[in-house]
Amino acid sequence: MQRIRLRYTKRGRLRFTSHRDFQRAFERALRRAEVPMAYSAGFTPHPKVSYANAAPTGTGSEAEYLEIALTEQRDPEKLRLLLDESMPTGLDIVDAVEARTSGLAERLEASVWQIRLPGADRTEAAGAVQTFLAAGTVEVERRTKSGMRTFDSRAAVKRLEVVDDAGDGPVDDACAILRLVVRHSTPAVRPDDVLSGLRATADLAPPVPAAVTRLAQGPLDEETGTVTDPLASDREAATAVRFAAAGPASPPAVQEGPSAEAPDGSA
Amino acid sequence: MPVESVFPRLEALLPHVQKPIQYVGGELNSTVKDWDACDVRWALMYPDAYEVGLPNQGVMILYEVLNEREGVLAERTYSVWPDLEELMREHRVPQFTVDSHRPVSAFDVFGVSFSTELGYTNLLTALDLAGIPIEAKDRTVEHPLVLAGGHAAFNPEPIADFIDCAVVGDGEQAVLEITEIIRAWKAEGSPGGRDEVLLRLARTGTVYVPKFYDVEYLADGRISRVVPNASGVPWRVSKHTVMDLDEWPYPKQPLVPLAETVHERMSVEIFRGCTRGCRFCQAGMITRPVRERSITGIGEMVDKGLKNTGFEEVGLLSLSSADHTEIGDIAKGLADRYEEDKIGLSLPSTRVDAFNIDLANELTRNGRRSGLTFAPEGGSERIRKVINKMVSEEDLIRTVATAYGNGWRQVKLYFMCGLPTETDDDVLQIGDMAVNVIAKGREVSGRNDIRCTVSIGGFVPKPHTPFQWAPQLSAEETDARLGKLRDKIRGDKKYGRSIGFRYHDGKPGIVEGLLSRGDRRVGSVIRAVYEDGGRFDGWREHFSYDRWMECAGSTLPEQGVDVDWYTTRERTYEEVLPWDHLDSGLDKDWLWEDWQDSLDETEVEDCRWTPCFDCGVCPQMDTEIQIGPTGKKLLPLTVVNE
Repeated sequence: MQRIRLRYTKRGRLRFTSHRDFQRAFERALRRAEVPMAYSAGFTPHPKVSYANAAPTGTGSEAEYLEIALTEQRDPEKLRLLLDESMPTGLDIVDAVEARTSGLAERLEASVWQIRLPGADRTEAAGAVQTFLAAGTVEVERRTKSGMRTFDSRAAVKRLEVVDDAGDGPVDDACAILRLVVRHSTPAVRPDDVLSGLRATADLAPPVPAAVTRLAQGPLDEETGTVTDPLASDREAATAVRFAAAGPASPPAVQEGPSAEAPDGSA
Repeated sequence: MPVESVFPRLEALLPHVQKPIQYVGGELNSTVKDWDACDVRWALMYPDAYEVGLPNQGVMILYEVLNEREGVLAERTYSVWPDLEELMREHRVPQFTVDSHRPVSAFDVFGVSFSTELGYTNLLTALDLAGIPIEAKDRTVEHPLVLAGGHAAFNPEPIADFIDCAVVGDGEQAVLEITEIIRAWKAEGSPGGRDEVLLRLARTGTVYVPKFYDVEYLADGRISRVVPNASGVPWRVSKHTVMDLDEWPYPKQPLVPLAETVHERMSVEIFRGCTRGCRFCQAGMITRPVRERSITGIGEMVDKGLKNTGFEEVGLLSLSSADHTEIGDIAKGLADRYEEDKIGLSLPSTRVDAFNIDLANELTRNGRRSGLTFAPEGGSERIRKVINKMVSEEDLIRTVATAYGNGWRQVKLYFMCGLPTETDDDVLQIGDMAVNVIAKGREVSGRNDIRCTVSIGGFVPKPHTPFQWAPQLSAEETDARLGKLRDKIRGDKKYGRSIGFRYHDGKPGIVEGLLSRGDRRVGSVIRAVYEDGGRFDGWREHFSYDRWMECAGSTLPEQGVDVDWYTTRERTYEEVLPWDHLDSGLDKDWLWEDWQDSLDETEVEDCRWTPCFDCGVCPQMDTEIQIGPTGKKLLPLTVVNE
């Protein structure tokens, strides 16, 4: 059995896809792409797919992760192309690597979020961020399945800043953009909790709903507050295996096995 | 002229509503065409929530048929829930299509498919949100033509004030004919405005334009006659019938939604029409004759459809699917072909007498063995003769015995209450039947944990059926009769706990009855209900019987009629019925004879297996029965080993 880890996005209007919606769409894409899935045992077998830490409905994401189990070997990149073509635009499959390590879910220690606040003043936002960070704890409320819950939104926040460049050109004046690095904790602190915290501590109340996007999630470097690629260790392990298997005189792709010849029709 | 997407304005509202995904479009296999490259543009609506409307086959078929045409564009729109409606009104966002979020008012045609009359208030909501005047007489050349279709359009009179035109029967060819007429009229510079294009449509004899017909009434409230008021407009408008289903293999690329919907499967219509002749069944009467899709045509549609969708279930749809002449080979062929892929098969409508265990085994081979469902419809042999549901209790007991003996544990039985000539005894016999089913089931399976669920709906007399003259049972009498049955089942010490009992109260049926057999005067009730906040009448949590009755009470008496007049009143042979000028092909005298036969408990055979009994459809519509067997088999697809 081969396990492949994928990174996917929720972009544009498809950020309104709920996680359940995504699951159904993805499992249908697996069927259309004729991926040789491994199935769970039992009365109603399900294809083996593990999802990690899905973003809330309505927030965009560049960095969602899942893992699938296959009964036959496939080349991860070819598989990625095939699946990406089979998914609606916006739910894009952007990265694939064969799983050679355990514990992907545990490596998702923190997330980087971009929070776009249309109509908010940048100086005011920067002041609010300072007040929030200076506080020891910031209690916020959120409605959960079991009713209203009060918890601290401050401790999980590793970094929070107002940025000038959202990576897609300069920011116009009528918009403030926050970048948030938040540690995954229980209860989970989500971007809207931090926004509640900013409203509670510094009265920051933007006129229109914020547009929130997860930019990355993965291992957290405690010193720098940066989040690194959670698939890096699988990639390194793959390189090592390829190097070892290839040896000095072997063709480089030998470890890919029979799937290297699989027609994928995607090109 | 470019038409802007309303999405940027809608997007700001979506974080505040339930299940926003239903409003964003982007479904797999959806089509967005270049607005300016098309000269005839359709907005197609199913007037219910997205989760119900998206899987609707009618809309899906027309969407594809239209979009395949050069220069023609079709987009879809559905009813928005009250939470979004409120925000759209507040922020002035108009009714939009989900494909590219264009305002519905910008299209040439606003086509609405009515499977049920309970969508009428949703039509009014959509018109108002779209900024289209609710009454047709207030519209100008700037507004789309509002076109009704679907089974309810066989009596569009209650919504005659709100629609510009209606099409009865199969839509595939009709939408293309209408498109060509509109295209020509637009190309000429839209001469004569709205009336001219409607007149051109009406003169074809296949599009009904209510404004070109005057309804005259007698002093007692009945209709005296319906008469054309424009030259060249025919006295009667004919239904459309598509012949040779293999030439219309739609949908080829079914829409696959991201949001969860009521049916998530690859549906193939294996035949259209039904001549079993059940007298209560409007669908069976208005869709004649039977036209089968061939076994090979079905095989191709399933193959392509599954590849294009990734669905895990195939639904073989029709009004009585086990009646396809080659159903055994179809089921076996598909089960063989998809054995490895864990694709389930379902046959939504199965008759007791057409059931056989081999077929049932094929259907459940690749999937779950859930319950079996049958519809005896009537509890007594006598009432089943009245409704021409020719199924005997022995048939049923033999069938369920086989099922329980082969491992099924659960059987569901559907019945109706309020059928013509029905007495308490006819309904109480439903309880006896359920007891006999359980007794036989325990005997053959040797187990005590088997179950039988009895599900009962109220009967609503429908236009173009032999029961169109019948009195409807009042809500109170329906409830009383069902109460007696419930007490009888619950009181059975030995079998009662094995019998589930589900029923609806009689009230929604009265509103459906009012709308089904109503005339133009009922439009005032629909409008009043809409203005009072009535929406989503097919949903128990939104439907308000009291509101309907209050609005009917405030609008109908001044027109000399009331709700009882439309529902519980029996009609006579002479009465002009509101839908008589819409021609379903059925000979009115034949329908009357069948109604009299019903009262005499005389049964009628199926013309597929016996000589023609002159219902009138084939000669009137120039159609014929198209059935197999073709003798062909479904070959397994070549398996490509990777």
